[in-house]
Amino acid sequence: MDLPSLAELLQQIINGVSRGSVYALIALGYTMVYGIIELINFAHGDIFMLGAFTALTFVAVFGVDSRNPALHDPVALISVLLITFIFTMLVTGLLGVVIERFAYRPLRNAPKLAPLISALGVSYILQNIGQVWKGPSNITFPDIIPETFIRIPIGEQFLIIRWKAVIIFTISIMFMVLLTLFVQRTKLGKAMRATAQDQTTAQLMGININRTIALTFFIGAALAGAGAILYGMFIKGVQFTVGFAIGLKAFTAAVLGGIGNIPGAMLGGFIIGMVEAMSDTFLETRWTQAVVFGVLILILVFRPSGLLGQRVAEKV
Amino acid sequence: MQRAENPSQARGGGGLFPQARKASRNSMIAAAVISVFLLLLPVPQMLSEAGIVRLPIRFDQAFINAAADTACFTLLALGLNIVVGYAGLLDLGYAAFFAIGTYTYAILASSFFDLHVPFWIMLFVSGLVTALFGVAFGAPTLRLRGDYLAIVTLGFGEIVPIFILNLDQLTAGTNGISGVDKPAIGPVIIGANNDNISFYYLGLALIVLIVFFINRLRDSRLGRAWMAIREDELAAATMGINTTTTKLWAFGLGAALSGFAGTFYGAHLGFASPQQFNFSQSVLILCMVILGGMGNLWGVMLGAAVIYLLQTVVLIQLPTWLGNLGKSTNLDFLISFNENVRLTDYTFFIYGIILVLFMLFRPEGLIASRRRKLELHPESEKISDQERQDLYDVRETNQTDTDVRGSQP
Repeated sequence: MDLPSLAELLQQIINGVSRGSVYALIALGYTMVYGIIELINFAHGDIFMLGAFTALTFVAVFGVDSRNPALHDPVALISVLLITFIFTMLVTGLLGVVIERFAYRPLRNAPKLAPLISALGVSYILQNIGQVWKGPSNITFPDIIPETFIRIPIGEQFLIIRWKAVIIFTISIMFMVLLTLFVQRTKLGKAMRATAQDQTTAQLMGININRTIALTFFIGAALAGAGAILYGMFIKGVQFTVGFAIGLKAFTAAVLGGIGNIPGAMLGGFIIGMVEAMSDTFLETRWTQAVVFGVLILILVFRPSGLLGQRVAEKV
Repeated sequence: MQRAENPSQARGGGGLFPQARKASRNSMIAAAVISVFLLLLPVPQMLSEAGIVRLPIRFDQAFINAAADTACFTLLALGLNIVVGYAGLLDLGYAAFFAIGTYTYAILASSFFDLHVPFWIMLFVSGLVTALFGVAFGAPTLRLRGDYLAIVTLGFGEIVPIFILNLDQLTAGTNGISGVDKPAIGPVIIGANNDNISFYYLGLALIVLIVFFINRLRDSRLGRAWMAIREDELAAATMGINTTTTKLWAFGLGAALSGFAGTFYGAHLGFASPQQFNFSQSVLILCMVILGGMGNLWGVMLGAAVIYLLQTVVLIQLPTWLGNLGKSTNLDFLISFNENVRLTDYTFFIYGIILVLFMLFRPEGLIASRRRKLELHPESEKISDQERQDLYDVRETNQTDTDVRGSQP
């Protein structure tokens, strides 16, 4: 195997980071839900998938396409993007709340396996909805932002950065900062952290835990919706099965960073994106999935608390 | 000590089915009726093939074919039941072991490498291979908490098909291995000329054997240890149960059963392809266990039959049936239903609904295991609260006791 040049290596790192920022957004939903009710929300990946379909429908209805001359005005473009984000995030967020209300809340005191199996069922239901809605084939996302590149010369070669990659990275970092501020600085965020620590005590302090948990699901699912738009803009092809594959990768990211830990999920997302990009280049693409799942198993076996998580004794 | 450990033995004589002995007369009659029904199931087809009778409904090959496959999935559900139902470990990658079992048979008994090990030997070889995989995979992972274990098994279930797909020198990659051997008793080949009836009986025989084995196992020291771990791992460990070994046994035996099932499956289909063993296959088997009743042998078998026949017969045939009914009764909406709705598009939806609704309203499944029911129902929370209160009261009254042993009631 030839050693890669510096430019190639940098190129893969950039590809990995931009892909990883989408994983990071989805991983946040897993980590928040796990942090507050210790449930692996299997349906989260499929909420992401339905988010992509919602955005797709919305974009198609309003004829959003980079070839549309009305969108060449940057103000119009930004406002259209903003509306797409708000609409999609509202839809997925509400979907998350509805799922929590009907499939998880009644099982909050049941043995741990019960909500996990229920989540698996919800994931299947959502997948089928996606399949019936948009059909089983791959659907192409229209270009909202025109495809342009930045070329940076390094030695003899060029480092090519897609403008989209920059935008995706910026938007996801923005969401992460907003989320961190929300959880750390607002009263609702404080309620969330309190509920995660001890539900009974939080209740005694006057926190409405049902509402707090519903809010957590809303935010997590809304972030998955945002991730879905970014994914659609970047990767372009969306299929009803995408939720399972992306969901599992995002979950791996959440575990890698330390599940329940918000900065950890972001870090994990970037690392998984990079691992994928490296495996694509240095191994073959057909092994990439196996490498990611291998990472998942190794982390769970050797360091289940993840990179940034603290080792906690199991509640008895 | 050894004597008293098995309650059914202590009460004199194990019997073939200890549970059935305790059960009422009615359920024994039901079991007898079902056995006779299952034994006679292929008879109409035999008669019509021999030209003795003409059946009003077409009993084609496909029906008994589905019945033989149902037997295979019953074996799988029985195996997963050991892991999920008895030991309480959620395994979301069970299809991986099934894949390993099928491929072990396909590689060692087909023209691919020109190896032709007899089916009966392979039944045990595949069982052993899958069990070894189960133990090798379980050893580092089984100490993980329940939900983490579920994810690790899911990852394993995803990795195995990728390996099968990519190691094409060993597994023929996407092409799959065809021309897998049929079992033979002396010169007689079972299932020659697509004879599904003998495969069906072979499947039934395997199920009877396995059910007998598992039924004895459940009441053994190991079986009771599984249930103790399922109910409370910490308490079980305190009672001196080696939780790791016990869980490994569950994992290994469950995997071994999927090796049996895989061998049977490979021989029946005559083909092994990597597409047969994805995540939805694992969920399908899990669905069978949940629908029927985790931890209850009869329930699990019922679940396997219901789900498999639902998938392969009912969902495919129902629109046609309704359409025919519509034609004969002149109900237009039934005819248009047949023309417009493909029920097979909603298979995932139906599995999902089964999983969610059963978890919400009847987590113990159609036929409940009595112990499992107590655990799974929130009402049992009251019982455990009461127990905790009692313990607390006992501790209060024994406060003056300095001797720890004195506080035992």
